[in-house]
Amino acid sequence: MYDLKALYEATSVQNAVELRLEHPEAQIIAGGSDVLVQMREGKRAGKELISIYGLDELRGVSIDESGNIRIGSLTSFSHITRDPIIQKYINVLGEAVDMVGGPQIRNIGTIGGNTCNGVTSADSASTLHAWEAIVELTGKNGVRRLPIKDFYIKAGQVDIRVEDGEIQTAILIPKASYENTFGHYIKYAMRNAMDIATLGCSVNVRLSKDKKTIERARIAYGVAGPVPMRAPHAEAVANGQALSLDLIDRFGLAVLDDINPRDSWRASKAFRQHIAVEMAKRCLFTSIQLAGGEL
Amino acid sequence: MAQYKLIRCTINGEPVERMIDVRASLTDMLRNDFHLTSVKKGCEVGECGACNVLIDGEAFNSCIYLAAWADGKSIRTLESLTGPNGELSDIQQAFLDEAAIQCGFCTPGFLMTAVEILETKKLYTRDELRKLLSGHLCRCTGYENILNAVEKTMKRRLGVPAE
Amino acid sequence: MSIVGKSEIRVDAYDKATGRTKYYEDRMPGGALYVRIKHAEIAHGFVKSVDVSEAVRIKGVVKVLTCFDAPEIDFPTAGHPWSMDPGHQDVADRRLLNTHVRYWGDDVAVVIAEDEVAAMQGVRALKVEYDPLPFVLDAQKAMEEGAPQLHDDYPNNILKHTSVRKGDYERAIREPGLIKVEGWYDTPTVQHCHIENHGCFAYADNGRITVVSSTQIPHIVRRVVGQAIGRPWSDVQIIKPYIGGGFGNKQDALYEPLCAWCSLEVGGRPVRIDCTREETFVSNRVRHAIRFHIISWIRPDGSMAARKVDLYSNQGAYASHGHSIVAKAMGSFPQLYPCDNMECDAYTVYTNLPAAGAMRGYGMPQASFANDSNIEECAHAVHMDPVEYRNRFIMPQGYEDGFSKNVNYYDSHRECLERGKQLIGYDEKIKAFANDKGPIRRGVGCASFWYNTAVWPIALETSSNRMLLNLDGTVTMQCGETEIGQGADTAFAQMAAEAIGLKSYRDVRVVSCQDTDTTPTGLGAYASRQTYVAGFSIRQTAELLKKKIFAYAEKLTRQSVDNMDVRGGNVVRKSDGKVLISLSELAMTAQYNPQDSEHITAESTYTIKNNAYSFGCTFAEVEVDIPMCRVTVKNIVNVHDCGTLINPALAEAQVHGGMSMAIGYGMSEQLLFDQKTGRPLNNNLLDYKLSTVMDHPDLAADFIENPEPTSVFGTKALGEPPACSGAPAIRNAIYNATGVALHKLPMNPHNLYAAFSEAGLIHDSWQEG
Repeated sequence: MYDLKALYEATSVQNAVELRLEHPEAQIIAGGSDVLVQMREGKRAGKELISIYGLDELRGVSIDESGNIRIGSLTSFSHITRDPIIQKYINVLGEAVDMVGGPQIRNIGTIGGNTCNGVTSADSASTLHAWEAIVELTGKNGVRRLPIKDFYIKAGQVDIRVEDGEIQTAILIPKASYENTFGHYIKYAMRNAMDIATLGCSVNVRLSKDKKTIERARIAYGVAGPVPMRAPHAEAVANGQALSLDLIDRFGLAVLDDINPRDSWRASKAFRQHIAVEMAKRCLFTSIQLAGGEL
Repeated sequence: MAQYKLIRCTINGEPVERMIDVRASLTDMLRNDFHLTSVKKGCEVGECGACNVLIDGEAFNSCIYLAAWADGKSIRTLESLTGPNGELSDIQQAFLDEAAIQCGFCTPGFLMTAVEILETKKLYTRDELRKLLSGHLCRCTGYENILNAVEKTMKRRLGVPAE
Repeated sequence: MSIVGKSEIRVDAYDKATGRTKYYEDRMPGGALYVRIKHAEIAHGFVKSVDVSEAVRIKGVVKVLTCFDAPEIDFPTAGHPWSMDPGHQDVADRRLLNTHVRYWGDDVAVVIAEDEVAAMQGVRALKVEYDPLPFVLDAQKAMEEGAPQLHDDYPNNILKHTSVRKGDYERAIREPGLIKVEGWYDTPTVQHCHIENHGCFAYADNGRITVVSSTQIPHIVRRVVGQAIGRPWSDVQIIKPYIGGGFGNKQDALYEPLCAWCSLEVGGRPVRIDCTREETFVSNRVRHAIRFHIISWIRPDGSMAARKVDLYSNQGAYASHGHSIVAKAMGSFPQLYPCDNMECDAYTVYTNLPAAGAMRGYGMPQASFANDSNIEECAHAVHMDPVEYRNRFIMPQGYEDGFSKNVNYYDSHRECLERGKQLIGYDEKIKAFANDKGPIRRGVGCASFWYNTAVWPIALETSSNRMLLNLDGTVTMQCGETEIGQGADTAFAQMAAEAIGLKSYRDVRVVSCQDTDTTPTGLGAYASRQTYVAGFSIRQTAELLKKKIFAYAEKLTRQSVDNMDVRGGNVVRKSDGKVLISLSELAMTAQYNPQDSEHITAESTYTIKNNAYSFGCTFAEVEVDIPMCRVTVKNIVNVHDCGTLINPALAEAQVHGGMSMAIGYGMSEQLLFDQKTGRPLNNNLLDYKLSTVMDHPDLAADFIENPEPTSVFGTKALGEPPACSGAPAIRNAIYNATGVALHKLPMNPHNLYAAFSEAGLIHDSWQEG
């Protein structure tokens, strides 16, 4: 039995927006794997909930008229992993969300919930950052889109305008971002399942036609700071450079100029820095291999 | 003020309708309203898998699933696997034969995930099976015989010779 | 023997596979009130006041009870047999609710409510004012002068200190040419993590109080509840249904006394206490964190000249099993690797942490880690292969322990080591891995362990049994030894069928549920004792039952009782095997004979005055990814000599479970506390890293079946031994792979990062300066 004050179940996106405007104090619940856990802990006890879980219109992956990949916010992790569009164009996202918790969590957990709770350890977040995803929000004034890096404000807080009745309705991967691009994600956790990331690292590359040069490298981390973050210094080191093992080493070390992990009981800063370098190197190495580069 | 909702769903093949307290989890509903006590509580936050049931064919931890969401769904618990005269399904029998059961508390959850795995009719490697079963904690068996039971049943169903 | 020794399907497997098995919560009476506990949010101090005004106004709250309402009765909780000698009774330092808070999570008040939400809201609404005191979390720091004191009667927080003295240590270490192998070995606080949390419900009927509880020890809990609420023990009835694992946590009176008291405080209405997972971690019991300091003085040939072992056991806030655990750990040192000159000192020390109690292995997972780590270092010090070192210096065949009179009848250790070596492919792997010098290296290692069976002669060993011959020729059997998931009922059925002479173990109906009103007194599941001790009472009671069967059969068949036996469910003539009468016909005739009716039953108690060694080892193979600070266990095998196997398949399954627990202990498990506040940090199954199915390799178990001479069925301990040697075997494999000797569990990435950095295997240039 959850200590919830009231449950409002949205019947459509429009209705969800109305409910949100009507009950600004209420918490949106998608799959509930975070919200219900927090409610049980007492953190959100006694609150009202607006459930959008029933909105099937927010489920599924498609390609829109501009060629962008569109992931409905309520698409579960397991459905993302199994989706043919994801598998074809951005397999790394499917792999990343396949490392969330365990199978049952991946059946209930949604990509919208994973991003809206604003936590740095979300397994989808570093890949979405590294692929420059666009977040789509729907409110009383219609649709608003913003780059995912701007969506995250600070730990646990994202740019959703409650006063406009906004809810997140989709995540988009622009065509320019995924074309000819190959990536790899490493989740560093204390267990191989049912765990949250000590550090997550997602790298992707686009190689030149002759596969000798990195045209574009992007890297993002979860848990390297209060919100998921890119590592621009490292990217600058790699962009336009010829493939080499030495480049991979320099790329790895350069992330230290960008990341700012903290000391906590979960892991020390020094340890997180150490594995961040190693993970960047391994992710880049594998990404290059996936892109057809030889090292 | 208490808030109630009428839900209509199918539980173990039977269409049912019931007024439920919206504060209830699906675990609460299945245990208290339908006496389906195979649904176990081990953590109530989706970490142990003891309360796992199938909803429209997929495995869910019913402890972090609102009962209100069950409306319109088809739910299966372990009770559905046993035949009308108490006959065991092949996967249940495999759990007996492989000594995959000890205290029995995680067993219902594991069995329902096993059902989801087997119903895909796919042949998985042992490592893939580990991943598919990884949402369940067990402290008695070291998982070894549970894996064996699922693997052997999978192979038997697919007509693949056991090693 | 025809029934014992077979891999039969568990007697409770069908119900468990169909979800029908009833655990305590599945037997909940309608309308039971919810009891929720207010746990202290300081590590040490006194409760000044509890403001209940807001809580009692919440709709559904029936009653609030605080530490100021609780009876001032101190009671013990350990699941030990009662002792008639006051000097051997467990320390009584526990209250139902506490004004003196001794750890973060201590029980301060309860809210009793009509529903769960009201009870939770009520607890949140309580306002507790404290007078905080300084606290101490480390055992050695707690022993220092001026450290915060937890219990008045125990200066320097030392609950108990015992020693072992053998030979003359000080003189022995003066022998020229000795090599000193010294180390500190640290083990963490861990928890049992049975998947069913502890819980219970209580109600009063006709002036008596009944508690249905998830416990391993119903008869002991009856005594403790009686003591705690100040009522005659016979006023209390404990019912133990099936339980979802225990592993020692439920070998303690947990919340049964509080539950009983709460019911009495609401006029005997049924009340329930369902521990949450978070409470199970903190407010039940944990395994003792023990720190060891070992100094071994060895000769160039490796032989041990002298050894000094200090053990500091972190008891937490309350005594629970107390010193028994570290005493057992210490006791293993002079025996496993015998040495003529030893000085051992064990301290059990109160700290402001959750109370430590029994957990699978009872001190031996800790001792095995320390001992077999140090032994590994001794082998290295004299450049000897570690298995060879063990083979030369481990307890020899024929060794007899002066205190327990246990005898190592066979060469168990060496036989197990030899088998383990073969199974893991030790020699080939040692050779193959020797050249691994890159970032990823492989290694193989082993560890042995010492264990025994049951608690004699330290405490009482007794087993009682009742057999009723049913009209269909089957036998209903009751005993006080409990099924907690390990498969005890099945082993008992097999032994009883064998002892009586029934056709199948299915012909023995074991009453699994213990009810202290009707079950013959037994002590419960602990000390890996049940199969061993129940064997005595099963055989004795079977003999009594058969005597009665023969007496009645004599009347019906006019054959001599001396020439009778029961075979395959029939009374037969011993001399030629002729069936005289089936048990069903005999039972029916006896029951319904208008002239001479008899329900054939037997009951007896057996006092066991024996104990038995139970030995074995683990071999592990690891792959170490040095830059990632990660160890993967690639292969692991346990070999046990636990005597004759009653049910090989169940024995193997039980070993798997113990190995899994050992892998978790070695690699990932640790309950963490904030050093600044004493608050638990990871008391949930997400943050506490219990192994998942993806964190193991396949687990291999094998047995050397040397029949135990003192045992009725040749059997001895197997419940706990599998949990003992896994962690040090993995540790020694890492040592073999990397040359880094780890001294701290768990060997998780954090500790590996520190150790590899210190050893220079990883070098983060940017960390300097």
